[in-house]
Amino acid sequence: MDEQRQPAAPVIEPGYTFGSVTDKISSIVLTRPTSNGWFLGFGIAFLLTMMMLYAVGYLFVRGVGIWGITIPIGWGFAIVNFVWWIGIGHAGTLISAILLLLRQSWRNSINRFAEAMTLFAVAAAGLFPLIHVGRPWLAYWLFPYPNTMNYWPQFRSPLEWDVFAVSTYATISLLFWFIGLVPDLATLRDRSTNRAAQIIYGMLALGWRGSARHWHRYETAYLLLAGLATPLVLSVHTVISFDFAIAIVPGWHTTIFPPYFVAGAIYSGFAMVLMLAIPIRKFYGLEDFITERHLQNSAKVMLATGLIVAYGYAIEAFMGWYSGNRYDTFLLWNRLHGPYAPCYYALLACNIFVPQVLWIRKLRTSPVALFLISGVILVGMWLERFIIVVVSLHRDFLTSSWGMYYPTRWDWMTYIGTIGMFLAAMFLFVRILPMISIFEMRTLLPEAEVKE
Amino acid sequence: MKRTPIYGMMAEFDSPTQLVEAAHRTYAAGYLKIDAYSPFPVEGLAEAMGFHKNAVPLVVLIGGLLGGLSGYLLQYWISAVSYPVNVGGKPYHSWPAFIVVTFEMTILFGGIFAVFGMLALNGLPMPYHPVFNVPRFAFATKDRFFLIVFSTDPKYSPSETRRFFESLGPRSISEVPS
Repeated sequence: MDEQRQPAAPVIEPGYTFGSVTDKISSIVLTRPTSNGWFLGFGIAFLLTMMMLYAVGYLFVRGVGIWGITIPIGWGFAIVNFVWWIGIGHAGTLISAILLLLRQSWRNSINRFAEAMTLFAVAAAGLFPLIHVGRPWLAYWLFPYPNTMNYWPQFRSPLEWDVFAVSTYATISLLFWFIGLVPDLATLRDRSTNRAAQIIYGMLALGWRGSARHWHRYETAYLLLAGLATPLVLSVHTVISFDFAIAIVPGWHTTIFPPYFVAGAIYSGFAMVLMLAIPIRKFYGLEDFITERHLQNSAKVMLATGLIVAYGYAIEAFMGWYSGNRYDTFLLWNRLHGPYAPCYYALLACNIFVPQVLWIRKLRTSPVALFLISGVILVGMWLERFIIVVVSLHRDFLTSSWGMYYPTRWDWMTYIGTIGMFLAAMFLFVRILPMISIFEMRTLLPEAEVKE
Repeated sequence: MKRTPIYGMMAEFDSPTQLVEAAHRTYAAGYLKIDAYSPFPVEGLAEAMGFHKNAVPLVVLIGGLLGGLSGYLLQYWISAVSYPVNVGGKPYHSWPAFIVVTFEMTILFGGIFAVFGMLALNGLPMPYHPVFNVPRFAFATKDRFFLIVFSTDPKYSPSETRRFFESLGPRSISEVPS
């Protein structure tokens, strides 16, 4: 195409050996002193977590009446945030499983913390439906278990499918993450000089010794797990979109929801990956491992999935007009001119117009610009779920049942609190576990190749 | 079983290429009870030692089938036998509605079987193992590559095996105490 096209940045800067890669990543956990910045960041995140616990504690005392939910908008923030968090988690699985199957080796430097991000995002997401059920101490009724009430869950309900999809997703993400960690935990066990650390890492490493037979089975299991996680991650957001699409509410009852939800999930997930990766690589000096290539590739994924999302919006609008259905037509009109219209315009700006600047190569490689654009996308994706949940519900078929939704301070405290919880978990993770997969980084080095 | 005081003889190498080469030659020399250790999966290493069998895929298949079947049968039994509820006149055995949970259970069981099956086949967790008695073995999780001939191998002899290992040009050779 153009002659001055530069070669792609390397996945790992040249000059590293097995030993130096190992030392660089493991020293962050083992020898690097904990910085004041870490304590400050963790402290703020921890305080936000406490705020969330306060809000949830008060919720348990008073009930969901402290939230802004009313009839007709019974779902409100709880479901908006649930879908938002689960979507963010999807990028971790995409990076670790789908890119592994596609042999995109650049994923090796970002998959570990992306998987951790998935876990913590799913934990934050899982909280919302639990506290939204009203009597959270009975939430276990959602699971089929023999009980004296002779009662069983209703398997024709998408909400029950959700229970299985999300709990499977959480379990598989945890297993995938842990099994990827085992060889690195063995490295930490062998590198650390502190007795307590040796014992703890040693126990977690399960006695891993890197035997060729073990690696052989390990790689098979890892690949199969990736093969299982790939349809799983696509199914989870599909099932979540069923929560909406199976209902008959205008704005929910559409067949485009599954693909458009999955694309939106990956879109917001990559935005979160970048928002975490950019400060991490800066503060921990990991620019050699998380290179310009990773930023560029993530930006390209965001651009592609963002366009799929834009297509989804376009089809929604088109169907509103083309179907001739008065409720669908009204939905479109209501989005553009109704009481929540500013949200819709903000959504279009955040999710469709602003991210188009990623076509510019200079911005795709600028960490600051990417960080800011990712923030905009995360806001946009949150607004998307807000529009889907609230704007669809507040004007349904009967004018007599129309209403408005105003989130209360408890809604905001819970939402912002989960962001704190997510960040606090990430802070702990980067401090006590290797945030980049050491053994997979070794395989990227040229000397890892066996020459005949 | 009588414990031999020596678990095996271990040679240390610098690169994966040397290790694969050494494993090839050791296996070709008639040593059968051998193993190799590397800080990352090395392509062709297990095959070089004559290790081809891998039961993990079968275990995952069994897990997946088990999960899928039990997921479907659970829903069928609950919705059609134990607790039939008429929802909008839909049949009790409304199979399209059961697909999602069947699918998720397939993945769940397949994944659990993959991880725990792999660990079980590998004999893990095993916090103690004789190879850890070799001090240099701590580098097996960093940048060194090890090859071991177990003392249970019929061809094993302290002097012969050491001489053979020396011909492979290793960085160091050590006896592994049991």
